[in-house]
Amino acid sequence: MTGRHSEDSKKNFALMRDRILEQQGKNYWRSLDEFVDAPEFEEFVSREFPQHAETWEDPVSRRSFLKLMGASLALAGLSSACVIQPPEKVVPWVRQPEEIVPGKSLFFATAMTLGGVAVGLLARSYDGRPVKIEGNSDHPGSLGSTDKFAQASLLTMYDPDRAQDFLFRNAPRSWDRFVAEMRQIIDQNRPNGGAGIRFLSETTTSPTLINQFRQILADLPNARWYQYDAHNNDNGLAGAKMAFGENVHAAYNFAAADIVLSLDSDFLDSFNVRYPRDFSDRRRVTLDKKDMNRLYQVETTLTITGAKADHRLAIKPSQMENFARAVAAGLGVANAGGNAGEHAAWITPMVADLRAHGGRSLIIAGDHQPPIIHALAHAMNAALGNIGKTVTLHEPIAANTAGADARTQIEGLRELVRDIDAGAVQTLVILGGNPMYDTPADLKFTPERMDKIQMRAHLSLYRNETSKYCHWNLPQTHYLEEWSDARAFDGTATLIQPLVAPLYGGKSVHEVVNVFARENFDRNGYDIVKEFWQGQGLGGSLRPLVATTTGGAATGNAPRPAASPQASPATQQNTNQNGANRGQNANTNANANTNTGGNTNSGTGLTNGGQATPLANTSGQGPSLNATTLSNSGSPAGQAQANNNTSATNAVIPPAAQGFENAWRKAVHDGFIPNTTAAPRNVAPRTDFLGQTAGLQAGNGNNVVEVVVLPDPSVYDGRFSNNAWLQELPKPLTKLTWDNVLLVSPRTAERLGLNQGRGKYENDAGAEEGTSFVSTRGGNLFADLVTLRVNGQQMSKPLPVWVQPGQPDEVVTIFTGYGRTDAGRIGSGIGYNAYEAITSNSMSFGLGEITRTGEQYELASTQTHFNAEGRDILRVRELEDYLAHPEDGHQPDVYPLSMYPKYEYLGHKWGMAIDMNACVGCNACVVACQAENNIPVVGKLQVQRSREMHWLRIDSYYGGDPNDPEGPHFQPMLCQHCEQAPCEPVCPVHATVHDSEGLNVMVYNRCIGTRYCSNNCPYKVRRFNFLLYQDWDTPQYKLMRNPEVTVRSRGVMEKCTYCTQRIALARIEAQKDGGRQVRDGEVVTACQSVCPTEAIIFGDLNDETSAVNKLKKEQRNYQVLHELNTQPRTTYLAALKNQNKAMPDYRELPRLSKEHGKEQERAPVGTESAPGTGSH
Amino acid sequence: MQDVEKFDPRTVLAPPMVEGNENFGSVTDKIAGISFQDAKKTPWWWIIGFGISFVLAQLLLMTVTYLVFTGIGIWGNNQPVGWAFDIINFVWWIGIGHAGTLISAILLLMRQQWRTSINRFAEAMTLFAVACAGMFPLLHTGRPWLAYWMLPYPNTMGMWPQFKSPLMWDVFAVSTYLTVSAVFWFVGLVPDLAAYRDRSKNPWMKRLFGALALGWRGSARHWHRYEIAYLILAGLSTPLVLSVHSIVSFDFAYSQVPGWHATIFPPYFVAGAIFAGFAMVLILMIPLRRLHGLQNLVTETHLINMGKVMLATGMIVVYGYAMEAFFGWYSANEFEEYMIRNRILTGPYWWSYWLLILCNGASIQLLWFKRFRESEFWLFVISIVVSIGMWLERFVIIVTSLNRDYLPSSWAMYSPSPFDWTMFLGTIGFFFTLIFLFVRFLPVISIFEVRTLLPQAKVHDTHNQEHTETRTIDRVES
Repeated sequence: MTGRHSEDSKKNFALMRDRILEQQGKNYWRSLDEFVDAPEFEEFVSREFPQHAETWEDPVSRRSFLKLMGASLALAGLSSACVIQPPEKVVPWVRQPEEIVPGKSLFFATAMTLGGVAVGLLARSYDGRPVKIEGNSDHPGSLGSTDKFAQASLLTMYDPDRAQDFLFRNAPRSWDRFVAEMRQIIDQNRPNGGAGIRFLSETTTSPTLINQFRQILADLPNARWYQYDAHNNDNGLAGAKMAFGENVHAAYNFAAADIVLSLDSDFLDSFNVRYPRDFSDRRRVTLDKKDMNRLYQVETTLTITGAKADHRLAIKPSQMENFARAVAAGLGVANAGGNAGEHAAWITPMVADLRAHGGRSLIIAGDHQPPIIHALAHAMNAALGNIGKTVTLHEPIAANTAGADARTQIEGLRELVRDIDAGAVQTLVILGGNPMYDTPADLKFTPERMDKIQMRAHLSLYRNETSKYCHWNLPQTHYLEEWSDARAFDGTATLIQPLVAPLYGGKSVHEVVNVFARENFDRNGYDIVKEFWQGQGLGGSLRPLVATTTGGAATGNAPRPAASPQASPATQQNTNQNGANRGQNANTNANANTNTGGNTNSGTGLTNGGQATPLANTSGQGPSLNATTLSNSGSPAGQAQANNNTSATNAVIPPAAQGFENAWRKAVHDGFIPNTTAAPRNVAPRTDFLGQTAGLQAGNGNNVVEVVVLPDPSVYDGRFSNNAWLQELPKPLTKLTWDNVLLVSPRTAERLGLNQGRGKYENDAGAEEGTSFVSTRGGNLFADLVTLRVNGQQMSKPLPVWVQPGQPDEVVTIFTGYGRTDAGRIGSGIGYNAYEAITSNSMSFGLGEITRTGEQYELASTQTHFNAEGRDILRVRELEDYLAHPEDGHQPDVYPLSMYPKYEYLGHKWGMAIDMNACVGCNACVVACQAENNIPVVGKLQVQRSREMHWLRIDSYYGGDPNDPEGPHFQPMLCQHCEQAPCEPVCPVHATVHDSEGLNVMVYNRCIGTRYCSNNCPYKVRRFNFLLYQDWDTPQYKLMRNPEVTVRSRGVMEKCTYCTQRIALARIEAQKDGGRQVRDGEVVTACQSVCPTEAIIFGDLNDETSAVNKLKKEQRNYQVLHELNTQPRTTYLAALKNQNKAMPDYRELPRLSKEHGKEQERAPVGTESAPGTGSH
Repeated sequence: MQDVEKFDPRTVLAPPMVEGNENFGSVTDKIAGISFQDAKKTPWWWIIGFGISFVLAQLLLMTVTYLVFTGIGIWGNNQPVGWAFDIINFVWWIGIGHAGTLISAILLLMRQQWRTSINRFAEAMTLFAVACAGMFPLLHTGRPWLAYWMLPYPNTMGMWPQFKSPLMWDVFAVSTYLTVSAVFWFVGLVPDLAAYRDRSKNPWMKRLFGALALGWRGSARHWHRYEIAYLILAGLSTPLVLSVHSIVSFDFAYSQVPGWHATIFPPYFVAGAIFAGFAMVLILMIPLRRLHGLQNLVTETHLINMGKVMLATGMIVVYGYAMEAFFGWYSANEFEEYMIRNRILTGPYWWSYWLLILCNGASIQLLWFKRFRESEFWLFVISIVVSIGMWLERFVIIVTSLNRDYLPSSWAMYSPSPFDWTMFLGTIGFFFTLIFLFVRFLPVISIFEVRTLLPQAKVHDTHNQEHTETRTIDRVES
């Protein structure tokens, strides 16, 4: 790479020398590159450091560059009389802003997007820095929950590996330089309509961005804008087009569906958490509601959706089309064809079931399934009368999916690559994404291809594979640092609001795109987004949002002149400062949060000049327009708004605009703009697509197997590769961390002799020593390495094999997101790159040849034994059986009498109930717990040694034959806060004791680390800091941590506290509020708050009406390891299955005996038997 | 000390505890001669043995330094297996110590005179073993610099230790044991230290031994007080033999881990400790008597008796194993049942169990036979095998119980890291370093007590029928 770039560097250096510094005085050393360019400086350096003079002339190496730069800065400081304050006026707070109370959190509504789909969030800000992400309970895509990615995004924001400098050919430059250079390019290209300019972004639904492009493309009609995400909705759109003749976007309403048939859709592991919420709401069985939905899952790889399904069928990708056609034919889709073949017995009863639930059923196809499957699903939904009931069809919401320029992303990418190859692309601006890593093999952005483009710019959170081949590297703002907008799954426009000034001085995609605007090309993100919505008529009659960049709707949205005078002078000033402060940004921001004044941030880019934007407030710990007073439940408590900073702005706004201002403020506060769901489309189903086929070939069963490529459940497409929380997050089904594997079925593995290291498969899927999955040697898991050749593409790295029960035979599944070379310190160099296996025609499926290398690779898994060994740990009951014998196995929260005097809980008595019927095993709680409680990551080696630190883990147990497994079923396992806690009496120093509200508390300061408590914990939920796992040094992480939770050092035991800090907060609030009791719902644990399916309920057991008591009264309630009489406060509700008896795979679930848990006379927990153990 | 040549025919009835033609002078010469050897004549085996031990002891020093600075993560301990080599070694060492106390105290009270020529050595072994053992509970904590919190001392935190915790009891048990053993050993040394003082030529040595001898003059009053003190200490030590290892066993029995939670643990642990201790005494004694020519003082009889004790205690231990398995079945508790099945048959550590049975159960059956009992070689081999077996016993109890307890999701394997081994070998090195120093500089055998065993010493006792009879049953009939 150095070789390739040496030429560039030389040019770059020549440029630098040629420039003469014109500024004088204090501005003299304002920006690094300006200073370095000065000829005087150069002379000085060669005189002063003759040994480096040669280096100076040579293409500069990074090392010497830094050396010289250090010298230059030191000297510059001396010669400029040590001026350290910025030249602008610095004003500290004269009055303490109303909303800011040191030590108190504020919640800001914002949103995160993945694949363009927005999920509304509330970000918790503590002294001006975001420390936790919660869901926005008002947002339709969240309803208060989030998934694992949103939880982990916090770590990404603070990631010290993020791109931090504007670079041109690897040399630091200023943003102004970039603007100037781009403006020059535009001016040169304007005559030909921008013919050489191309933009490539990630999937976006942002109305503002679409509007920006609409204007740019109107100005430069020959420029092009493409989107690419490796995991996109191409198939869904193409399928809809096949089914209805035009692009429509489908939104599903699981809440109205009694029967769900999923064709390879993993909708429960979804970034849009609304689907799992609706699904499990419909699945909830209570004392009052006795019916639940039924899920048929037909899939090519076991997913958590398949694990939850009542009936699951594993089929090969090549069989899916035939299967779907057969079902469609059964449902009355004329000419669907299809031959049920071996699956006929499965299809017939299911079709009957579906037909019996017309209008109350739902058929959904997986995003990666070919368009024909989507089209068939639509046709089936139409035939069942589900459209308009459980399926809503509306306007597409992603850019370039509607109107004249509608095309799939792959079509766009193909066009772009064709143009690049033809040399027609002069300037390529890549906005986010990582096309050099994740484009399909035949459209790969290779270095050779990239070299054909004269000017390449990359806006990116990380300096990744693509950045390395781009001239300009622009650090991108994280969503917690930028103004933006996006649309939720149903089209609801959602606003993205920053909580902090860009930590590393980045620019948002709007700001970068704005550089290419015809005028006002230096507006900041806030103005861009706000002006768009002003132009859109927010506060009055809102114009409909359109997802196309062409067409007449564009013109009306030009920024209003009225707004410009305000924005322009301020932002002009901005850009000057930006360079000077960039170098300091990391430091000042790192420390800013402990400052009381806004002074350190006053110079950082956007927050100057008295222009009162909410950003100024959030970054400088100022009050926020939208700050809500702290509400423990995580939702805004009213519309409290601080007006002191906005008065100036308000004063100059004409009354007409006041309506907008109010609406805008409300929208920013709420996080979304109401009534912006995508317009419904009334389209008629067609059948003319039935002639088309998916064209997936079947493997020949020899070495040729069918290959499925899926996004990794933890790191997705690779964008989260450098996120250690996600890397160490056990993948839901394999519990693997830090790696991606190749999944094969037990039968195929046996045939190919893979992972047959030790022992034969047992008769259960749970496997002795995990031998069903990998070979073991001692405690170590060794996977056989294979090479894979997919669609003629040889994958460069060997792949470790994991034998996955539930995987269809002769099908292997590989996962994207690994094999990164430039991900950062966390994500580089692990795993294989599955993108090598995909081609533009076949993004998710292919035929592969598998060859054993004879080598082995060591994996790290947090669970190796997946068999419950017949123990009464995880209960799954058949709905019918439960309804017939509800009392069987019921274990209410009562315990035998004890000889010890009772302890009376006079105040609160906390407890938790976990409904395993709702839990889908999505892992969101695991990450939420990690974020809330400052839980460290330990790395692959430590996971291999079984030392992971998660306080909350999700246990998975399989049942049945490995070739036809049942489950796995999921059980979140966390500290049970036993009333008779076995950990308490064994601690020699009283480091773990019971408190007066029943919590089993861990006193870290007192702990000396004997680990006896952990040995004696039957649930094994205690975690020990065997080494210093916590990062005590990185300043960014200091900012990120929850200040209300201790950061543990080595040698200390830790465990779940029921989020005791949240309990304390609620208690304080209640005491302030007249000394009342904490009300039900005021304490929400982190895991409860994040749970998309509301499976975890926490509350006061002394409060008869509390939600947790209600749940505990359910007859499904039971205690894990009840027989030990530990009297856990965390109880579980048995999972239920609603099987269709007519199905061939109906299996009888073990009946619970009446005796389960009924052997003792009882008294309620805590009132009768006091812990002889604990110390109150 | 006169009448040295007088012959008492009764001594031939029982095998003498001192063989050969020893007299008071020769005994003193023989034993003290080891210490007063010219430095240049230090035997080659001592230099080599001490060198190796000392190097291993340095390994301990390095491991401990690294451990304290880095954390116990350098060991292989992990989530389900919170205790491993640390506690295995602790229990192993503390068990070894027990033989010393048993020999010194209980056999003294029972007037088993054959203990006399081995007690000094066994006591020293006890002391050094307890020193090795004591290191582990301290260093296995996550924050050893705070381990003093386990002591009940008045403090500004207003905190007592948790008296319900067996670890707390351990602190008292082990520290009491260490103190009593040290005092017992030292008191027993006093008359011999006086003899050393008298023999020392180097003035510094004279002063040193003089100080240690506490002004011993050998007067009747001295002897009287000495005897009383020694008897009291023996009385104090006696319950310790039973209590210390019982309390150590509570660390396990008190918990609710299947495989630990068993009522048989206290007696079973005590028997195991004596078993292991005698094995260690034999391992040390057999080469030592050869190398130092002490065959006359530590006789075949001693070895045979120790072999018999090993057989007896070993059979108790085997009974313990049988009972553990029986409980697993008889409890009808699925976790206990699974534990024993996992330990013996299906689990990943089945080999350790069967190796244990081989070492502790099978190997000692040879001791039923006189041929093996009388063979120095076989006794030595069996002792080594038993020492390994007793280590394995703790491994089996700790690791196979913890690695698979209640929730299968948390089951995980344990494997030791190199630092586990260096720590273990390091304590062995430390132990032998002390043993070698002891052998070189202090009387390995109690001089004055052995002299009382000489037939000559009995002359004046002949009127004391009781005493004589005691001596005649010194040799346990085989």
